[in-house]
Amino acid sequence: MDAEAAKLLGAGLAAIGAGLASLGVGNVFAKFLEGALRNPGAADAQQGRLFIGFAAAELLGLLSFVVAIILLFVA
Amino acid sequence: MAAEQAKVDPMHQFTIEPILGSQNWEIAGYNIAFTNSALWMGLAAIALWLFVFGGMKRQLVPGRWQMAVESFTGFIDDMLEANIGKAGRKYVPYVFSLFMFILFANILGLLPVGLFGVHPFTFTSHFTVTGVLALLSFSIVLVVGFAKHGFRFFSLFIPHGTPVVMMPLIFFVELASFMVRPFSLALRLFVAMMAGHLLLEVLSSFVISGFNNGIGTSVIVVIPTFLLMIGICALELLVAGIQAYVFALLTSLYINDAENLH
Repeated sequence: MDAEAAKLLGAGLAAIGAGLASLGVGNVFAKFLEGALRNPGAADAQQGRLFIGFAAAELLGLLSFVVAIILLFVA
Repeated sequence: MAAEQAKVDPMHQFTIEPILGSQNWEIAGYNIAFTNSALWMGLAAIALWLFVFGGMKRQLVPGRWQMAVESFTGFIDDMLEANIGKAGRKYVPYVFSLFMFILFANILGLLPVGLFGVHPFTFTSHFTVTGVLALLSFSIVLVVGFAKHGFRFFSLFIPHGTPVVMMPLIFFVELASFMVRPFSLALRLFVAMMAGHLLLEVLSSFVISGFNNGIGTSVIVVIPTFLLMIGICALELLVAGIQAYVFALLTSLYINDAENLH
């Protein structure tokens, strides 16, 4: 396999990470809603934590995007 | 090949080009030409100044504009008070400027001014810009932490109740997680903005080359893609807000570490 093809394949494989991160982000919001519907009174105070969880899950997906971009344009 | 001619380069929108001043304006070997990035930073600052200035009339019964500005300052104030406590009040100016500047930058970059031939430039999609913003937050954390606690600031790296055997290991793990904070902060904003704009550009290239290919592909490809683009645009507006919020929220959490230790 020549190097160019390997780079493109690697960039494509990195997209799996983006898909997995979408599972994570979905999980964060799903669990928040689950909890919020059981106890709506406590929901508003937890929104900050919701977004911290969202940010952490999202960052890992964005890292896979960075890997793909680096493979395509830098490496 | 018709498809080859209509190829859109999705990365072109991120190129920095000098607008005023030529290639040979240099200070100490660095080019200081006035670029499109600098222009949009200036526009964001002016728009932000106008927005806040319009709400500074300090009427007893606030009008709509004053309400808009005050709801933003109140939002940041509440966030800092919830995360840091009473000591958080003095960071409101910094975090408010940070939040509003990023928000305005993200939204200005999404404006459809391309219709009038002006191409919006999202400077938050550049690591240099977000990196400097993140370093600013990080250095505030360091300065406040060391000024307030001196060398006790290092106790941040050893949580309460850590067994003595684990201390060296925990120290380095916590130190590493502390040191990557500016990178993760900057990376999140820049990649999120860049990915969104890339996606819009790729979808628009589908629309353009599908349209050029004839009526058959127009119906099958162009219409669904265009509808998707409208949806993604709405999503991008949401992301612009969320990313600005997350940046401000994480900054306030990091300042909380410096202010209160653990």
